[in-house]
Amino acid sequence: MAFPHRPDAPELPDFSMLKRLARDQLIYLLEQQHEVDKLYKVENKPALSSSEQLCFLVRPRIKNMRYIANLVNADKLAGRTRKYKVIFSPQKFYACEMVLEEEGIYGDVSCDEWAFSLLPLDVDLLSMELPEFFRDYFLEGDQRWINTVAQALHLLSTLYGSFPNCYGIGRCAKMSYELWRKLEEEEDGETKGRRPEIGHIFLLDRDMDFVTALCSQVVYEGLVDDTFRIKCGSVDFGPEVTSSDKSLKVLLNAEDKVFNEIRNEHFSNVFGFLSQKARNLQAQYDRRRGMDIKQMKNFVSQELKGLKQEHRLLSLHIGACESIMKKKTKQDFQELIKTEHALLEGFNIRESTSYIEEHIDRQVSPIESLRLMCLLSITENGLIPKDYRSLKTQYLQSYGPEHLLTFSNLRRAGLLTEQAPGDTLTAVESKVSKLVTDKAAGKITDAFSSLAKRSNFRAISKKLNLIPRVDGEYDLKVPRDMAYVFSGAYVPLSCRIIEQVLERRSWQGLDEVVRLLNCSEFAFTDMTKDDRASSESLRLILVVFLGGCTFSEISALRFLGREKGYRFIFLTTAVTNSARLMEAMSEVKA
Amino acid sequence: MDCYTANWNPLGDSAFYRKYELYSMDWDLKEELRDCLVAAAPYGGPIALLRNPWRKEKAASVRPVLDIYSASGMPLASLLWKSGPVVSLGWSAEEELLCVQEDGAVLVYGLHGDFRRHFSMGNEVLQNRVLDARIFHTEFGSGVAILTGAHRFTLSANVGDLKLRRMPEVPGLQSAPSCWTTLCQDRVAHILLAVGPDLYLLDHAACSAVTPPGLAPGVSSFLQMAVSFTYRHLALFTDTGYIWMGTASLKEKLCEFNCNIRAPPKQMVWCSRPRSKERAVVVAWERRLMVVGDAPESIQYKQLTIQVLLDRLVLRRLYPLAIQICEYLRLPEVQGVSRILAHWACYKVQQKDVSDEDVARAINQKLGDTPGVSYSDIAARAYGCGRTELAIKLLEYEPRSGEQVPLLLKMKRSKLALSKAIESGDTDLVFTVLLHLKNELNRGDFFMTLRNQPMALSLYRQFCKHQELETLKDLYNQDDNHQELGSFHIRASYATEERIEGRVAALQTAADAFYKAKNEFAAKATEDQMRLLRLQRRLEDELGGQFLDLSLHDTVTTLILGGHNKRAEQLARDFRIPDKRLWWLKLTALADLEDWEELEKFSKSKKSPIGYLPFVEICMKQHNKYEAKKYASRVGPEQKVKALLLVGDVAQAADVAIEHRNEAELSLVLSHCTGATDGATADKIQRARAQAQKK
Repeated sequence: MAFPHRPDAPELPDFSMLKRLARDQLIYLLEQQHEVDKLYKVENKPALSSSEQLCFLVRPRIKNMRYIANLVNADKLAGRTRKYKVIFSPQKFYACEMVLEEEGIYGDVSCDEWAFSLLPLDVDLLSMELPEFFRDYFLEGDQRWINTVAQALHLLSTLYGSFPNCYGIGRCAKMSYELWRKLEEEEDGETKGRRPEIGHIFLLDRDMDFVTALCSQVVYEGLVDDTFRIKCGSVDFGPEVTSSDKSLKVLLNAEDKVFNEIRNEHFSNVFGFLSQKARNLQAQYDRRRGMDIKQMKNFVSQELKGLKQEHRLLSLHIGACESIMKKKTKQDFQELIKTEHALLEGFNIRESTSYIEEHIDRQVSPIESLRLMCLLSITENGLIPKDYRSLKTQYLQSYGPEHLLTFSNLRRAGLLTEQAPGDTLTAVESKVSKLVTDKAAGKITDAFSSLAKRSNFRAISKKLNLIPRVDGEYDLKVPRDMAYVFSGAYVPLSCRIIEQVLERRSWQGLDEVVRLLNCSEFAFTDMTKDDRASSESLRLILVVFLGGCTFSEISALRFLGREKGYRFIFLTTAVTNSARLMEAMSEVKA
Repeated sequence: MDCYTANWNPLGDSAFYRKYELYSMDWDLKEELRDCLVAAAPYGGPIALLRNPWRKEKAASVRPVLDIYSASGMPLASLLWKSGPVVSLGWSAEEELLCVQEDGAVLVYGLHGDFRRHFSMGNEVLQNRVLDARIFHTEFGSGVAILTGAHRFTLSANVGDLKLRRMPEVPGLQSAPSCWTTLCQDRVAHILLAVGPDLYLLDHAACSAVTPPGLAPGVSSFLQMAVSFTYRHLALFTDTGYIWMGTASLKEKLCEFNCNIRAPPKQMVWCSRPRSKERAVVVAWERRLMVVGDAPESIQYKQLTIQVLLDRLVLRRLYPLAIQICEYLRLPEVQGVSRILAHWACYKVQQKDVSDEDVARAINQKLGDTPGVSYSDIAARAYGCGRTELAIKLLEYEPRSGEQVPLLLKMKRSKLALSKAIESGDTDLVFTVLLHLKNELNRGDFFMTLRNQPMALSLYRQFCKHQELETLKDLYNQDDNHQELGSFHIRASYATEERIEGRVAALQTAADAFYKAKNEFAAKATEDQMRLLRLQRRLEDELGGQFLDLSLHDTVTTLILGGHNKRAEQLARDFRIPDKRLWWLKLTALADLEDWEELEKFSKSKKSPIGYLPFVEICMKQHNKYEAKKYASRVGPEQKVKALLLVGDVAQAADVAIEHRNEAELSLVLSHCTGATDGATADKIQRARAQAQKK
C-alpha cells in the first residue's frame, strides 16, 4: 500500500510559504486594516450584523456587486449609516466599479484588493480556487482569469526560480503562457538570479480531455470527492460516517497518515487495507496487557496519543467507506461502471444508449444523466441525429424544459453535439480552400471547427493506447499503468499526453495526436538552457490544469512519478469532477 | 608662518574668521537688490529677481521684469511681468518659482521662465488681499502661507496637492503682527506670530498663547523671528536688543545674548556648516553682521541625494552631463541613463520647429528599447503639447500594448485603443475601453465595432447578461443571432416574466426565433412547453395543487399520485410520452402509493416494455416480498436468476442457473449462498460445475 517513492525521487519545494503569505495578508487586511471580528457568507439577504462597518471579501463578480448594492441601499432607506469596505480577490475589475457606480453606491464604499491566487491544498497540490474559471472561459469565452493565471505563474517563478522547460497545449494554455512571459520580461532581473527548483512546467486546457473528467472516479480520494465533495482540501463527513449525531469537518491531505496511504488506491483495495490496519492497531493496544507499571507509563506518555489519533482517523475512513459502498451499491454502481467502460472502449453503443435512456426515464439524477450523455457524445464524436433528438427530448420531459438552455451551453462547449456528417465537412473545407487564399481558408476552417468541435476520441485513444489490452485479470493491487485509476479500463488521456511529451521532451512525433486534438496552433515547447538546474530539479514537474483537474488525474500522475522517479506538482484553477463540470454547464431556475 | 593667518580677523574675544570669494556673480545688475523681490532656491538652486515689483504704471519701460539666474548669476530667463502685483516670490522643492500676487493668485513658473500653471489661495484672500506671504518647505513638499489684509492666515502645506486651510482668528488682533513665521511640528504646519509682548501659535484648530522659557523680562515687542531649516530651532529678536535661541517647540532654551542694538534687524537666519554640530544665528542690519552661536547638538543635515542632483541637472537641460554622471557612478540603467533619456525625449517633443517624423525618429534612435523608458509617457507629453500625430507615432514604439491604451483613449483614438487593449490580454483594460466606446459612439457603430472583436464582444455580453438585459437582446438582434435570441426569451419566460400570459408570450417569441435559426428541435420543444404551461394552469384551476413549472414527467406523476389516472393517460397521449417512460413512471408512482392492486392490474394491461424485473425491484424496495414474488415468476429467462435472488429464493435461482448452464449466473448465485441453509445449494452448484467441466 502507498508505494514508496524511488530513493532518488526529488524533494518537493516548500509551499507553506505561499500559505503563510496569503494568511498574513488576509489577517492584515481583515484585522489590522478593517478590524473585522466576525465573518459572514455573502448571500442575497439582509445583513443582520449591527456593527458600524461592513467589510466584504468577494470575487470580482457583478452578481456580488448587486448584492452589496442592495444591502447598502437597504441601509440607506432605513436611515442607517455605516462604513462599507469591499476587498476584491484576486483583483478589482473595472466592470465591478461600474456596477457600484450605476447602483449609486460608489461613493459609499471603499475598495481594496487581496492579490491572492495560490492556495496550497497539499504538499503537491496548489489550487487557485477559481471554479468559475471553467464556465467563464470554456463556455462564455471570457478571458478575464488568464491574467490571474499569468500572475500566479509569475509568483511561482519569483519564489522557486524560472522553469527551464515549458510545454503546453490548448488555446488558453498558450495565452496564459505568453502573458506570463510578458510579465517576466517586464520585471527582468528578479527571477534571473534564482536557481531553478522546478525543471518542467506543463500547461493543459481542460477541453483537451473532457473524457477523463467525466468518468466516475474509483480511486479513494476521487470517490470521496464524488460522494461527499471535498471543498478547499477538507470534507464534511455527515452523521452516517462519523456514527454519531454530529457532522465532522476533516482535512484531507498528506498529514492524515491513514488517508495518505489510501488516497491513491483503487477503492476495491481500501476496505481490506483499513481492516488490516485496524487489526494491527488492536494488537498495539493489546500490548498493554503484559506491561509493568514503568512500561505502562511509557506507553501512555509516548504511544497512546498517536494510537488514539490513528484510531480516530481509521474509524472515520472506515465510516466513509461504508457510506460510499451503501450509496454505490444502491444505484447499481457496477452497471454504471460497465456502461462507462463500454463507452470508453467503443463497443455496444446501442446498449449504452438504451442504458442512458433508461437512466433519464427513471429520473435517477439530472447531473448523472447529463454526464452520461456527454460521455457518449465525446467518445462517439457526437450523437447520431436520431439519438441527439430523442435523448434531449427525454431529458426535457424528465428534468424540465429550462434544460433546453443547458443543451445549448453543452453544444457550445463541445460537450454534447450532433454528429456532423464527416465527409460533407471535409468536402466543403477542401472546396473552400481551392476557392480562396490560404489565410482566408484557415479562418473558414476555424469557423467550421468551432461549429462542430470534433473530439476524435476514438482515433486519439488508438494512437495513444488509452485502452490497455488486458490478458487475464487486471490486478488492481499491483497496478501496472495509470489505467488502474479507472479499474484498468482506461488510461486518462490528459495524463498520457503529459507522459508522452515528457518522454520526448517535446511534441515531436505527436503531430497526429495534436492534429486530432484540433490544437496544431496551440501546442508549444520552450526550452531555455540553464546549467544551474540540478538533475533533481529536472525531475520535478509542475502540471497546470486550466479549467480544473480531478483527483483521478492527480493519482495517475503520482503513480507515473513513482514509476519514473519524477515528482509532479499540481496547479489547478480548481479541483473538479464530473458533477462540478456538469453543474457549471447547467441552467437552473434561479 | 604669518601668511597662513594673515586673512583671519578676530571675531569677539576668542574666535577668528576669514573671508574668501568662492566665485563672482556673472550677473550685471542695474538695480539695487533692495528694490527687487528676491528669492533664492535651497541647495544652491536658481535665484529669481523681480524688478520694479511695486510699480503700477502701464508703461512697458517701468513694468516689472522677472529675471531668473543660476546660483552663480548666469541668466536663465527674463520676462516682462504682465500679471498683477506680486507680494512674494519663492521656490518650491521641485525648483518651481511660486509668485504670490496681491489678489491671492499664485503663478507657477519653471526655472527657464516657462509658465506652468496657477492656482488661487481662495476667496477670503481675494477679498482681503495679501498683506504678506511665505513659501516654506516641509517633508511633504512646498507650502504657501498668506497673511491677509483682515489679519487672518490661510495656508496650504503642499502646493502639489492643494488643500487650503484657513487658520483660526487671533483674538484682538487689529494690526499686522510685528513678525511671523511658519513652523512644522508633528507633521502639521503651524504659524507662530508676535503681537506686542505676546506670542501666539496657530494650528488649524486653535490659537494658543505661548511663552519662550527663560525669556528675560521687559520685552514689549518682538522685532524678528527665525526658524531653522529643519524646523527644530527658533530665534527671537526683541525690542530690548536681546536674542533668545531655543527649540521651536518652545520647550527649551539653548542660549540667549544681549547685543545691545535695539534697531530692528533687516534679516535673521540660522546657519551652520555642513556636518558641523555648531549652530548659529546670523543677524544682519544695514551695515552690521552678527553671528550668535550656541551649544553643539547632534543632528546632521540630510545630504542632497544623487537622484535629486540628477533631477536638478535634468531641469537645467544638462542631459549629457547627467548621463556622464550616471555612467561614472554606474547607476542601474532604469534609475540612471534611461530616466535621463526619457526626460530628454520629453523636452525634445516640445521643439515645435522639428517635424513629427524627425522628432519620433530622433527619439527612437537614441532610446531604442532601453529598459525602463516609457514611450507612452513621452507620447503623453507630446500630446500635452498639442502634437497628437507625434504622440501616435511615438506610441508605436511602446512595446507594452496595455500602456498605450490610456493615452489613445485620451486622444479619442478609441478603436485603436480597443485593439491595443485586446493585444495586451488584460480583459479589465478591454472593458474600460469598451465603456469609453459605448459613450463615444452611437449604438449602431458601437455594435459594429464589437462585431469585429469577438473577445470584446463576449466580455460585453457577460456584462449585459447581468446588468443590461435589453442591450443583450439588441446585440443578438443586430447579429441576427436567432439561436441566442431564442435562448434569451426562454430564460425570460421563467426568470423575468411572472404572469402566465407573459410567460407563454415569451416562449412564443423564443419559438419563432428558433424557427428562424433553423433549430426545429428547440422550436418544437418550446411549443410543447407552451402547451404544457397552459395545461398546468388549467390543472391547477380544476384540481388544485401545484402543477406549474413541473416537468412533464413530474406532472404525470403528480396526477397519478392524486388519483387522476384518466387525466394522466390523456396527458401521456397528448405529449406522446414513450411507453417505456410511462411504465417506469406508473410503476414508481403506484409503488409509492403502495397501491398493489392497481399495480398488478397495470402489469397485466399489456406486455411490459421494460420487462418485469423492475417490478420485482420496486416491490422489494418497498419491502413487499409477497408482491415481488408475483412478478419474479413473470421475469423473462435472461433476468430470472437476478429476480429470484432479489426475492431471496437462492435454491430456485441455483436451479435456473444450472439449467441455463451459465457460468456467470452460477457464480452470482454462489456469491449469494451465505446463509446456513444455503449449504446444500452451494454443493449443488459445485456439482453442476464439475459436471459441466467433464463434458
